[in-house]
Amino acid sequence: MADKPEDRNDVGTTGHEWDGIEELNNPLPRWWVWVFYATIIWGLWYTVAYPAWPMISGATEGYMGWSTRANVAAAIEEAEVANAEINERLASVELGEITSDAELQGYARSAGEAVFNTWCVQCHGREGGGFVGYPTLSDDDWLWGGSMEDIHLTISHGIRNEEDPDARYSEMPAFGRDELLGPDEIDQAVNYVMSLSGEPQDASKVEAGSAVYADNCAACHGAAGEGDIFQGAPNLADAIWLYGGDYAALTESVNNARFGVMPGWSNRLSEAEIRAVAAYVHQLGGGE
Amino acid sequence: MLNYIKLIALGLVTFFALVAMNYARDLAYLVNALTIALVAIGMFIWVLRNTDEPADTRDYSNEYMDGVIRAGVIATALWGVVGFLVGTFIAFQLAFPALNFDWSQGYLNFGRLRPLHTSAVIFAFGGNALIATSFYVVQRTSAARLWGGNLAWFVFWGFQLVIVLAATGYLLGATQGKEYAEPEWYVDWWLTIVWVAYLAVFVGTLVKRKEPHIYVANWFYLSFIITVAMLHIVNNLSVPVSIWGSKSVQLFSGVQDAMTQWWYGHNAVGFFLTAGFLAMMYYFVPKQAGRPVYSYKLSIIHFWALIFLYIWAGPHHLHYTALPDWASTLGMVFSVILWMPSWGGMINGLMTLSGAWDKLRTDPVIRMMVISLGFYGMSTFEGPMMSIRAVNSLSHYTDWTIGHVHSGALGWNGMITFGCLYFLVPKLWNKERLYSLSLVSWHFWLATIGIILYAASMWVTGIMEGLMWREVDANGFLVNSFADTVSAKLPMYVVRGLGGVMFLSGAIIMCYNLYMTVRRSPAIQADNSAVPAE
Repeated sequence: MADKPEDRNDVGTTGHEWDGIEELNNPLPRWWVWVFYATIIWGLWYTVAYPAWPMISGATEGYMGWSTRANVAAAIEEAEVANAEINERLASVELGEITSDAELQGYARSAGEAVFNTWCVQCHGREGGGFVGYPTLSDDDWLWGGSMEDIHLTISHGIRNEEDPDARYSEMPAFGRDELLGPDEIDQAVNYVMSLSGEPQDASKVEAGSAVYADNCAACHGAAGEGDIFQGAPNLADAIWLYGGDYAALTESVNNARFGVMPGWSNRLSEAEIRAVAAYVHQLGGGE
Repeated sequence: MLNYIKLIALGLVTFFALVAMNYARDLAYLVNALTIALVAIGMFIWVLRNTDEPADTRDYSNEYMDGVIRAGVIATALWGVVGFLVGTFIAFQLAFPALNFDWSQGYLNFGRLRPLHTSAVIFAFGGNALIATSFYVVQRTSAARLWGGNLAWFVFWGFQLVIVLAATGYLLGATQGKEYAEPEWYVDWWLTIVWVAYLAVFVGTLVKRKEPHIYVANWFYLSFIITVAMLHIVNNLSVPVSIWGSKSVQLFSGVQDAMTQWWYGHNAVGFFLTAGFLAMMYYFVPKQAGRPVYSYKLSIIHFWALIFLYIWAGPHHLHYTALPDWASTLGMVFSVILWMPSWGGMINGLMTLSGAWDKLRTDPVIRMMVISLGFYGMSTFEGPMMSIRAVNSLSHYTDWTIGHVHSGALGWNGMITFGCLYFLVPKLWNKERLYSLSLVSWHFWLATIGIILYAASMWVTGIMEGLMWREVDANGFLVNSFADTVSAKLPMYVVRGLGGVMFLSGAIIMCYNLYMTVRRSPAIQADNSAVPAE
């Protein structure tokens, strides 16, 4: 081994000693020096080639003309030019044509998925799977309608979005909080609603609940609980629940009412993007 | 007489802390004021009981001051375990979000615990290790007792107070929102006072040294102390919203603030975790190996190159942001040039073992020091590489960064500190040897495998999520949502957590071993007289 002490001691020490520690007089390792020099030379070249040295106003721009902002602007430009034609077509055709034109449909699907995964997925979940309070988009149960036109309108203007007069709007009364119904009536109505979808319920209250329902709920939710997409009134008979279908969740809904809000996107996304994401949502499983 | 001045001062501190408590605008400030009041009351009683008692007239000036180092060693080991424990817990919180319990929201959720973890390991564990070893090394290599009498004790306890105030503040929501500089304004002020006292003790001891030259380890310690003081003050320039509340407003804003923060942040790595720990390496590796330092020339060149270059490297944390391109370029260039100066320390440490390589087989403490130098070399290669813009565009914001930090922090800072603690405890408690070398081996292997699991899993998730983020389809649209990357990372997060468990277990074994060394190892004659080397 070349590292034996006797091989090294011929360089001697610096002659000092601290608490028994001495220092050998070995020279700098050659490879270390040369790599150090090489990085310095590379560094000098790099600062000439790229923006580097600050001056009184601005900085040197480097002979390669490189700039992060210019690069990203060029990349965006390139993508926009490449998709300009199809984006224009997507934004201008009749909505119904998008689903029937294979090329448009394919493009809208991948563009819409990207938009969805950026802006929508946080609430509606991966592939529109939904969460409590955030509707599932992959089933065929629609609060406000599942046609391309309906979905497009919802995305453009939002739901109960006070910043947009064209937003879809409806509000269920808070029957308990505002004392429109007494606790017993609410109890009966909830049991009746649970009977509609076959949830386990207290059968003795269903008949009384049916009367409460007919007087207070049927106007929006329909005589048989079939719902009404013109008012965004949920179907109560299909066993699909936005806020939960157990007794506690339903009682809470009747007592205090729910007021789910969705923002409108027409001021944040382009028409082509809105149409693309509408087409994407439409084909998730339940488009009408 | 001095005692009466102290009593008046402590009384005033208590009074004002209680007033501050009464007017407190937020809970963190209230609890911190209460803590200060309790500490001041405790010290008041302690000083009062010692007033007019017969003074200890023995002359200590020819003995090393080791009590404060013993306290520092204990603090290092205990804060280390706390920091590793919190780190392991938050690693599992990331893997299993249910561990952000509902009942502890706002106190023990990830956002509150994360700065607690980073500050505990960097400042409480690392900081105590640096203060304790610097006090040990500067005395031995200067053949002089610490300057300033009990000022060293003030530094030690003052620093612990900083840690307690900062930690309780984090949990209760006081933060400046600056990474590694989270403590609010009054904690910053107190740390400034403690740090200036630390500088005074260190420089005072160097000035009265009995050796003709200043040993290389002390250059590194001094550069660390001075630079950290400068970084700390500039990055914490802020105006309190009210003197009765913890919130403050930063002096700089926007990209200037970001640049100041990362000038600070990167040099916390450069001077706290690199220069300071190289100082530890330069004393403890030659001592443990019983070999001379490999090259004086290399130590002097790499020291000056390191401290000159490091200070410019911060902008590489802000590639592809609002930071102008020219600043980003310079940060990258200085980072790459820094590669060899960083490696100079590794070379000098490893080559010091020439002629003592056989000790790797027999001495697990040396093994620990060698692997720490290995991890040091690895992270100081990885760092410059990640600072290259093209690499950074993939690695930035991913777990790769986390892996990089931990291979440095666990591998380099952790392992060298463990090595130093194993060296120091028998010396400081006058014991013949460690209680158990086989437990040191257990610690070594648990920690090493833990670090490898940690770093490898973070490389995998980091590169994976970087690639997923930039993946686009034929039309140029992004393929993955952010949540897709999160769910894809789960298995690797579990592996990372297990790595943390192993590292933590090793540290607990170390604490047991050190405790048993103090309790059970055969004693030897104490010799802490300050005599210059021949």
